[in-house]
Amino acid sequence: MSLDGPPKAIAGPANFIDERIGAGTFLKRNLRKVFPDHWSFLLGEIALYSFIILLLTGTFLTFWFKPSMAEVAYNGSYGPLVGVHMSQAYESSLHISFDVRGGLLMRQIHHWAALLFVAGMMVHMLRVFFTGAYRKPRELNWIIGVLLLTLALVEGLTGYSLPDDLLSGAGLRITEGVAISLPLVGTYLTYFLFGGEYPGEDVISRFYSLHILLIPGILLALISAHLILMWVQKHTQMPGKGRTESNVVGAPFYPSFMAKSGAYFLFTFGVVALLGTFAQINPIWLFGPYTPADISAGSQPDFYMGFLEGSLRIMPAWEINFLGHTLPLSVLIPALLPMGIIMTGLALYPFAEQWITGDRREHHLADRPRNNPHRTSIGLAAITFYGILWLLGANDVISSKFHISLYTTSEVGRVVIFAGPAIAYYITYRMCIGLQRKDLETVVHGVESGVIKRLPNGEYIEVHVPPAEDLLALMQGKKSIPAIEAASDGEGVPPKGMRNPLGRIRARLSEAYSADTDAISLDGGDGHHNGHDGHEAPHAAVGAGGDEAKSIGH
Amino acid sequence: MNSITARRRHPFARYAVLLLALSLLGGVYALLAPGGDRADAAIASGKADDVTAGKELFAAHCASCHGLNAEGSYAPGGASGPSLIGVGAAAVDFQVSSGRMPFANPGPQAPRKRPPEWVSPDTVRQLAAYVQSLGGGPTKPSLASVDPTKGDPAKGGELFRANCIQCHNFVGSGGGLTYGKYAPPLNPATPTQIYEAMATGPQAMPVFNDSTITPEQKRDMIAYIVGARNQADPGGSGLGRIGPVTEGLVAWVVGISLLALAAIWITAKKRQANHD
Amino acid sequence: MTENPNDLDQPEERVPRRVIGTPPPRGDDSVLGTRPATDEPIVYEGAKFPDPVTARRGERVAALLFLVSFIAAVAFIVSYVAFQVGTIDRTQVSNLALGASLTVALLSLAAGVVVWVRQIMPKYSLVQERHPMSSPREVREEVEKTFLQGADESGFVRHKLLRRTLLLAAAPLGLLPLVLLKDLGPLPGTSLRHTVWKKGRRLLVEGTSQPIRAADFNSPGGILSIVPDGYENNLNALAKATLILIKFRPEDLKPGTKLNWTYDSIVAYSKICTHVGCPAALYEQTTHHILCPCHQSTFDAADGAKVIFGPAARPLPQLPIGVDGEGYLIAQSDFDVPVGPSFWERGDAEAEARGQA
Repeated sequence: MSLDGPPKAIAGPANFIDERIGAGTFLKRNLRKVFPDHWSFLLGEIALYSFIILLLTGTFLTFWFKPSMAEVAYNGSYGPLVGVHMSQAYESSLHISFDVRGGLLMRQIHHWAALLFVAGMMVHMLRVFFTGAYRKPRELNWIIGVLLLTLALVEGLTGYSLPDDLLSGAGLRITEGVAISLPLVGTYLTYFLFGGEYPGEDVISRFYSLHILLIPGILLALISAHLILMWVQKHTQMPGKGRTESNVVGAPFYPSFMAKSGAYFLFTFGVVALLGTFAQINPIWLFGPYTPADISAGSQPDFYMGFLEGSLRIMPAWEINFLGHTLPLSVLIPALLPMGIIMTGLALYPFAEQWITGDRREHHLADRPRNNPHRTSIGLAAITFYGILWLLGANDVISSKFHISLYTTSEVGRVVIFAGPAIAYYITYRMCIGLQRKDLETVVHGVESGVIKRLPNGEYIEVHVPPAEDLLALMQGKKSIPAIEAASDGEGVPPKGMRNPLGRIRARLSEAYSADTDAISLDGGDGHHNGHDGHEAPHAAVGAGGDEAKSIGH
Repeated sequence: MNSITARRRHPFARYAVLLLALSLLGGVYALLAPGGDRADAAIASGKADDVTAGKELFAAHCASCHGLNAEGSYAPGGASGPSLIGVGAAAVDFQVSSGRMPFANPGPQAPRKRPPEWVSPDTVRQLAAYVQSLGGGPTKPSLASVDPTKGDPAKGGELFRANCIQCHNFVGSGGGLTYGKYAPPLNPATPTQIYEAMATGPQAMPVFNDSTITPEQKRDMIAYIVGARNQADPGGSGLGRIGPVTEGLVAWVVGISLLALAAIWITAKKRQANHD
Repeated sequence: MTENPNDLDQPEERVPRRVIGTPPPRGDDSVLGTRPATDEPIVYEGAKFPDPVTARRGERVAALLFLVSFIAAVAFIVSYVAFQVGTIDRTQVSNLALGASLTVALLSLAAGVVVWVRQIMPKYSLVQERHPMSSPREVREEVEKTFLQGADESGFVRHKLLRRTLLLAAAPLGLLPLVLLKDLGPLPGTSLRHTVWKKGRRLLVEGTSQPIRAADFNSPGGILSIVPDGYENNLNALAKATLILIKFRPEDLKPGTKLNWTYDSIVAYSKICTHVGCPAALYEQTTHHILCPCHQSTFDAADGAKVIFGPAARPLPQLPIGVDGEGYLIAQSDFDVPVGPSFWERGDAEAEARGQA
């Protein structure tokens, strides 16, 4: 059956609201807003829905959690700790785990959702980076995203510390050690944070306020801004048939995208619940209560802080003493530099790219990663840099589980942290070029059909057929990377702004950044002039419609 | 069948295959990761000393490294071993019953392994009696003095956290040390072996003698260790009980992979509508 | 509707019977303005509906999944009531029952919605135009004009005194919240340079809180974690004063160790790593290495705990120890240098200490 009009239960309230705020105009414009379809466009929703799950489960946890460092003797259900002195925070966390029905499940879901929150942000960010979706007009949203990621790390760190178990205490101690090493303000900052000497009696309740109020509030505001901007600017789309810079092709928000998003929320919740049910996370009862005198082997932070742990581990022992002051470089450099490089690099990248390419146009068609090889290589180099540090954050586990000497892992790490990104850059660059060539091959020659044909002269060839329309359109969506004028103009006098040293660097960069991309041109038949010789002719001839296919892109 | 053939060349097919492989890998890892609960085999206690039989065993199996009279030997690059005078019967029982001695392959540390054929409770007792006769030392504890049911796990837990977990991890999963040495997992160790290790300080491990950590306190620690390893993981798989490293791995390999697969399913287009 | 909403047995001609789950008849007002005057058929532009067979099959699959979800959600409630918590094993069962039912409920609901979207909803290829983000030129010009006009009306530019005093008034306001934060904690003073150790304070074994006789700590290769007498549960004190106590063979000690600060080849070092403050306590009795598990700084315990690997820049400070009349180990004084991680005001305390000695 189908409706002959809106049902009364919806019509009534809708009418009520429209008469008061005029929602109809908004809905008319937005109900059928088009959302492009690509699986990678849903990755950001992992983070969004994890955040919602975090709010829900976190609220549940606050009903029992006591953010206090007052000492109590445990007298709950967990036998092996009965009679042990501990903080109220730890005691109430044990209470949630063992004496509240569903408490353990909610704790585990909360923690898994936290990991997926950050991981979801990371994969979403990588998708945006590699497809160039941060370009004008979306730079602001990109910066909001970088802020969100930074805040998520702080949110994770404060939450990790709350149960006040031995493992989280180790993280807290390292936080203190890093904070106190800051020149000039370090000791003051530490004393203000901990209310005096470490660990004091205040830090848990202070982290609690930050964790459940201030940071989530800012996160919520920034996430809303992030979504509103996305809505207003419309989503980017992958290149393809009928897709241009001035349109957006896809499914309507209502009902299709709404249903898909709803399903994806349920999937996210379902996967987090699956993990929370079958994979134990942060078993605080096994760690014991915190005391600054003890520590466990393999004390690691959650994965998103692992890169800081790794960089602290491979740092040589550098420390400078001068005029009665101490500059502990072996703490400052690894704690601040990698984070600084990654976050600043992320925030500045859209503007740096604009400066280098001189490209001030709006972009709504996503790039395929292979079609901007330098960007992709920079991304892979950054991933390698981060990944190596992250891996080194677990070098003790690697050492003991795979029987590699501990020092060897650190020493190898000290070299690989510089060599790895460079190698990754080179390999990625070659791969991008190779993939572009493969695309060219497909556009020009078609795809293998599996049919072998014998030519009159006795030669066997495989018949190539033109690729599917949408694949072809995707490949031909490739755009050349613009360069500023000084770079493309080889002989003449460079333009005015390009004569100073900075201008020359810019010109050099611009030339390099756009190099190699015009060499492999996929739009139309130009590809044939690209260093291919005669023997390709039969293939193209057999693949009937190959020429026709080539002209589709225009 | 037809539809699989048709979709094989789908651009998403390779991602799907890759993700499937990754999640399978994760699943297999989770299955293979060591569990926390492994039953110990109780070992028989010795009855009477037999120094003579022990001396013969020693000459046959130990003397090549430790010297004919257990005085130790040092040969650079060759078979060397420390003096065993004064290490006590407990050290012999620990090393031989856990398979660490005789040392098979040179390396930074003797690993736990299956003892050779000649090792039995009787031969270990005889060997221990011989070494004990050379210069005394810690003796093998009685079964009652290592009985986990007689200890106080809460007190033992505090001592365990103060003295052991920095190397052996919070539930005794082990950890890395310098130059390829490592603190072994405590799961395979019997209560007697745990006691003996504390009393004798095998290899790189420090000694916790009875005058600093009393036998009762050692029993409390054994009660905690055995209790923790037999204890169920109420929150699901323990993921090897080594902390956030495996948790992070699972978040990515299982969590993100499953969600990426879900995203692919939700947005997948049918290439040819008439196929269905 | 009648006045009694519970009156289900209404005459059929007044309210048509309705199957549960189907939408109620619409009212007089349409959702967005007035009701369409004619029964114009809706045009589905760019939407391609699946064939009825697929749609019917999809409906059956989705319905099955929704049903599974319903049953699982009921199972969740049943599990909540049926399985209590309170011991490890019971918590395990409860967690498994609640979690598994929740997982099944969520995932099959999700799968059902996806089947619905994919097999019942049409395939779309809708196209919408994008417009440049920037506003049209006339709009910009008008905004500029309005802004200038408003600035002029306000008199902010013309009245200098007003403008300057306003800025002056605003300047310190931003500082107020920072000033308020001052009472978050005391100033460090010299507290980082001292610990609770002093002459005569006994060394207690961590975990048992018992004092220890030098004569009892007699096995070379032994190590103990030590807390100060009277402060064994004071975390602030422990964060700086915790020690590791190591018994050596006399011949193993090297010149880096201050021999007159040892007693009977027993040496006490601060347990707090000089890198960022983790308890550095992995001791290998064969090599005399002390390893910090956090960042793997390694110290040679036989040689004054000097750094042999890793990011720590300074040795672990040694504490002078002795015995009291009853033979129990005691401290001879406080540390001569600040323990734990480096900080800005620390300076080269080791050099100063050497200068005084």
